[in-house]
Amino acid sequence: MQYLDNYLQSKGGYDYTNVKRNELMKAQGFKEMPFTKTGTTIVGVLFDGGVVMAADTRATAGSIVADKNCEKLHTLAPNIWAAGAGTAADLHHQCAHFNAKLKLQRLNLNRQSRVNEVITKLTSKLFPYRGHIGVALIIGGIDCNGPQLASVSPHGNYVYHPFQSMGSGSLAALGILEAKFQDGLTKQQAIDLAIEAIEAGIFHDMGSGSNVDVVAITKDGVDYKRNIRQYNAKSYQRQVPYDFPINNTPALKKYQFNIEKQELTEVGQEMEIIE
Amino acid sequence: MYIPVNDMLKHFKQDAPAMANITHKSDQWSPYHDNSGTVLAVGIPGAVIVAGDTRLSNGYNILSRDATKLSQLTDKCVLATAGQYADFIALRKFLQQRLQLYEFQNEVQASTETVAHLLSRELYSRRFFPYYTFNLLAGLDENNHGVVYGYDAIGSYDQMTYGVQGSGQELVVAVLDNQLKGYNKINKTIPQTREEILDIILDCFSCAAERDIHTGDNVEILIITAAGTERIVKPLRKD
Repeated sequence: MQYLDNYLQSKGGYDYTNVKRNELMKAQGFKEMPFTKTGTTIVGVLFDGGVVMAADTRATAGSIVADKNCEKLHTLAPNIWAAGAGTAADLHHQCAHFNAKLKLQRLNLNRQSRVNEVITKLTSKLFPYRGHIGVALIIGGIDCNGPQLASVSPHGNYVYHPFQSMGSGSLAALGILEAKFQDGLTKQQAIDLAIEAIEAGIFHDMGSGSNVDVVAITKDGVDYKRNIRQYNAKSYQRQVPYDFPINNTPALKKYQFNIEKQELTEVGQEMEIIE
Repeated sequence: MYIPVNDMLKHFKQDAPAMANITHKSDQWSPYHDNSGTVLAVGIPGAVIVAGDTRLSNGYNILSRDATKLSQLTDKCVLATAGQYADFIALRKFLQQRLQLYEFQNEVQASTETVAHLLSRELYSRRFFPYYTFNLLAGLDENNHGVVYGYDAIGSYDQMTYGVQGSGQELVVAVLDNQLKGYNKINKTIPQTREEILDIILDCFSCAAERDIHTGDNVEILIITAAGTERIVKPLRKD
């Protein structure tokens, strides 16, 4: 792989050949595949002695709900968690990658991971990809510098602030946070505020929905509450349940596979599709 | 595998656009907005059942949780529309006024078949700047049997026993095909009574609300019979 590194270095670091190829393909009518985005509302709230992060649990693919109860709170280190919005695959892989990278570093240095290390590593990776890695994260944790909360945007920008919200429901959540946040909250107050902010996102943003997950990080440990609130049960159950009796579905052809002889034979008569 | 860009060009007939000239047309203004939602209608002998959710949306925002998609045009027929709400209102206004004029001139209300044809002609009159509406016209015919007419945006219509339109269409129509027509069943047990069909319709909406972000809040159901109109409202997911 050495030749690849040398080649890339000689080009100056940014390789745009794929961009040209993509434009060519688009001009030829190639349709880009839709990514599963998480829609999402995620928030982080700093309190006296720790940090609380909360997220909704809906993952969307376009306007269809792909997952009604997905997990958006990821572990980066035992003392650092991330809440993720954006492209689901990117989030999962990037968080797993940095989790492993930080663990390796901890093994080498025998020292606890720090929030600012995570931010530096993340932003250094995201910036060269020009926002194409679609991860918008809220990073919260507690380390030797105390509790910290930051958000990272897909282009590589980061902000430290006592309260954050990201995702399509961030504006709904931010309204609640701006109105109700104060310095010096207790842990329970911070959790209640975070849940209220996510609620606003769930009901007023259609990209977010289902349940609320919360994690509270203090120097005593991590308190992860999966589905701490569940609001939206299925509104109707059928009185007469659906009935699918056996052998009621027509088959066009039936095959039988004999494992010993390793051969496939056709059995029965061909049936027509019944409409 | 690395393929040099210069070689790539040989495979394409058109000239490649230079990177500086790449423009994206996504910023252009559009006169249409999709306010989404789902409507469906089922016709049975003696009645027709029309249902629609009451959520009005724009992108990821909810504009109203209580906006009706159903409009009763005559004693016997109801228009159900998914698509752009502004166009629904304009279309409804036109039909209401035109049908009132019909009633004054002919001393009798227009039949469902007449309304269906009128709607088709009105939609086609805007062939080159269409109403962004996906309509279902549901009503009782001359024998008081329930009929449903389904339309596309420019007025092509056809009579059906049931129809679904809107953002939840793909999720719901396959279920109705199986339950109301017995598709993919050898021994078809088709529900005949109003209660069974209402049961299926409510379940379809609750399932559509689970998986379609644009469907939710409440479902409004109108049941038209020769005796009159009955209205039922049931809650759906609000997230």
